[in-house]
Amino acid sequence: MIELKEVTKEYAKGIAALNGVSLKIEQGEFVFIVGDSGSGKSTLIRLLLKELEPTSGKITVMGKDLGKLKHKAIPYYRRKMGVVFQDFRLLQDRNVYENIAFALRVTETPTRVLKKKVPAALSLVGLAQKYKSNPKELSGGEQQRVAIARAIVNEPSILLCDEPTGNLDPVNSWEIMKLLDEANQRGTTVVVVTHNHEIVEAMKKRVITMQKGNIVSDTKKAVRKS
Amino acid sequence: MRISTIRYTVKQGLRNIARNKMFSIASVATMAACIFLFGVFYSIITNFQYLVDKAEESVAIVVFLDEDITKKQKENIEKKLSKREEVLEVKYISADEAWEEFQKDYFGENSDAAEGFDVNPLEHSDNFEVYMKSVEKQAELVEYAEGLEGVRKVNKSELVADALTSVNMLIAYVSGAIILILLAVAIFLINNTVNMGITIRKEEIAIMKYIGAKDSFVRAPFVLEGVIIGVVGAAIPLVLLYFAYEKAINYILTKFTIFSTILNVDFLPASEVYKTLLPVGLLLGVGIGFVGSFFTIKKHLKA
Ligand SMILES: Nc1ncnc2c1ncn2[C@@H]1O[C@H](COP(=O)(O)OP(=O)(O)O)[C@@H](O)[C@H]1O
Ligand SMILES: [Mg+2]
Repeated sequence: MIELKEVTKEYAKGIAALNGVSLKIEQGEFVFIVGDSGSGKSTLIRLLLKELEPTSGKITVMGKDLGKLKHKAIPYYRRKMGVVFQDFRLLQDRNVYENIAFALRVTETPTRVLKKKVPAALSLVGLAQKYKSNPKELSGGEQQRVAIARAIVNEPSILLCDEPTGNLDPVNSWEIMKLLDEANQRGTTVVVVTHNHEIVEAMKKRVITMQKGNIVSDTKKAVRKS
Repeated sequence: MRISTIRYTVKQGLRNIARNKMFSIASVATMAACIFLFGVFYSIITNFQYLVDKAEESVAIVVFLDEDITKKQKENIEKKLSKREEVLEVKYISADEAWEEFQKDYFGENSDAAEGFDVNPLEHSDNFEVYMKSVEKQAELVEYAEGLEGVRKVNKSELVADALTSVNMLIAYVSGAIILILLAVAIFLINNTVNMGITIRKEEIAIMKYIGAKDSFVRAPFVLEGVIIGVVGAAIPLVLLYFAYEKAINYILTKFTIFSTILNVDFLPASEVYKTLLPVGLLLGVGIGFVGSFFTIKKHLKA
């Protein structure tokens, strides 16, 4: 599903945010990525979104070599993945319903389909009643749930989450993780960057640890080796 | 494009305008100022051009005929001259008319002085007055007329023609230069204003792109917004100017009677000026709004 081969990313010459990282994530996996601040986790996510180009190395996602993806093809590529960020990134100029609908509007989904899918996604995250609210009127946990509804409404193959619980209290954090796990149960490959050790330990998923641009441990490989 | 997408684009474009009121007002005001300046300038130039054109049309060359000219030859000359493209009108002046005009010009009121003449002293002075659309080609026409059979000589007013031709050139250069300057200023101002608006929405654009929106999908509402602002920004000054124009013309004609009485000058009615100014002004508004928003947003769509 996702494969990195010797991927290096240098924002400035000589200083590598990612330093020859190789990594393979299979379809249907749930993977945590942990590591100190500045270890390159967000850089990895942004490379997978093709928001950044690697300085060297090759990234393949869903069978596509990202290096060969044309600018025009990027939107179609991104529609197959959902993204969730620490700061929610909702569109402040429209209500909850329209925020989720946006992910369907970009694919020119007919209004009649949209009217079914948006409420369904809202129900999944438990916000069916709040569809008319503005993002500003919601709590952090609720906003993140809207973001997740937006990310999954297109039934993406991959869900990329960069510290989705970074701004949330433990109760809300668990709620969000539960939603991500549910998405994973439905078949979506989920990659979650997080600092929340308590959750990582409790969920017993694959954990990749990064340090200064390198992968220093991967529970999947550790299992295989031992 | 689907209907639902069009509906979304229109709705979003309108909402953008309503949501960023200060920005919208600033853009409309900027646009309005530019179009207003353009309109004022255009009105002045077209009236000037109009006066020059009228002056040109009143300049005639006079084609005198051979004494032994036949009727057939005369008709032939008239036909040939009328056919030429630069010719507005060919007027036959008979010997009697020529004499009458001469009396009027030289003796004026005291026509007794002319009574000493029994026969028309200008008997062989029947001629064609040839009026031109544009005096630029006077020399050419004179040469052509002189070469025609039965033509004795051709009188022309080179000085006036040359003066009018150079005034025409001057108008063309000055208006070209001023239009370029105005356009540059307008695009600079609009670009700045749109930039200000886009910086605020950079985040929004980034989010849309994460979600997989195509460039055109992100761009469409912004461009529509730019075009609407352009149309409104153009319509307001054009309407104002229409009424201001009529007022100004009335004012000038009543306050400075010298124009209408002595110089025999009149001005174009607003409706005449607006035949061109209205579509051009609106098109400028739409064009600047479109170009301004299209290219400003293009910068933010790269990632
Ligand atoms: N846009 C950028 N320009 C320059 N350096 C950057 C940029 N983004 C991140 N970095 C640097 O790259 C390294 C990795 O950053 P990041 O991937 O954000 O780490 P993490 O998400 O693990 O905290 C850090 O040293 C950071 O300072
Ligand atoms: Mg980070």
